[in-house]
Amino acid sequence: MTERSEPGVNLHGGGRDDARVIELEIPSDVQEIEKVVELVQRECALMKFGARQLMLNLAVALTEALSNAILRGNNDDPAKHVYVTARVDSVRLVLEVMDEGGGFDLDQCTLDPTTPDNVDREDGRGLFLMRQLMDRVERFDGERGNVVRLTLNRQ
Amino acid sequence: MSFAITKEAEVVVVDVEGQLIVGNRQELKQKVLDELERGEKKFLIDFSQTGYIDSSGLGVLVSLSKKIREQGGELRLANLNDDLKTLFELTKLDTLFQIADTRERALESF
Repeated sequence: MTERSEPGVNLHGGGRDDARVIELEIPSDVQEIEKVVELVQRECALMKFGARQLMLNLAVALTEALSNAILRGNNDDPAKHVYVTARVDSVRLVLEVMDEGGGFDLDQCTLDPTTPDNVDREDGRGLFLMRQLMDRVERFDGERGNVVRLTLNRQ
Repeated sequence: MSFAITKEAEVVVVDVEGQLIVGNRQELKQKVLDELERGEKKFLIDFSQTGYIDSSGLGVLVSLSKKIREQGGELRLANLNDDLKTLFELTKLDTLFQIADTRERALESF
């Protein structure tokens, strides 16, 4: 895992001067996920995010985004990488997870895993959980592939 | 992250220590399936030492629940903390599983 941390970097132009930015590049390997989550949790804890947001919202949604990037975006190809940017300040966390794949349309992924027909499915909860646990979920084309941006406002 | 398996009376108890996520879900699945193959029928998964669970982890629990039921067995879950309870409620999986507040209550419910 390659890490670059830049304390004091502004967010979104005009952002807050207490912001921190972490940039990570990880091999496309699901065993890397927990380390990335821990690192981002640590930064958010410094910004006084609450325990629930750290252990539920952030942990689960980031795991889903990374897992999606590794297994679907990069098709579990160990030669590929996933690029993570976390910008956190005392107001919000903005995560961007970029894979090296061809992309997908978030709006086409509308499965509701909570309906009686779907509740006993073994798959199909990842994007649903990201949407439930984050304040905003966006997708766009990045420099290398698909980018999913997750925004969590501190509570 | 690890899965400790013990036997209490006739119940196979699995303690999930750490996370239950995409990177280790297969390990849990295989351990429970091995016990099922040995003829065990009653399973309790205890989450008192669990951090977080992702959609893959939830998927494995659903899969195990089906496989255990197919073999005429029973599965109980116990000791979900508030965050894990919320996760089960959001996904409505609290309606699919028999969840007990404590290990003792889960063991008594078989």
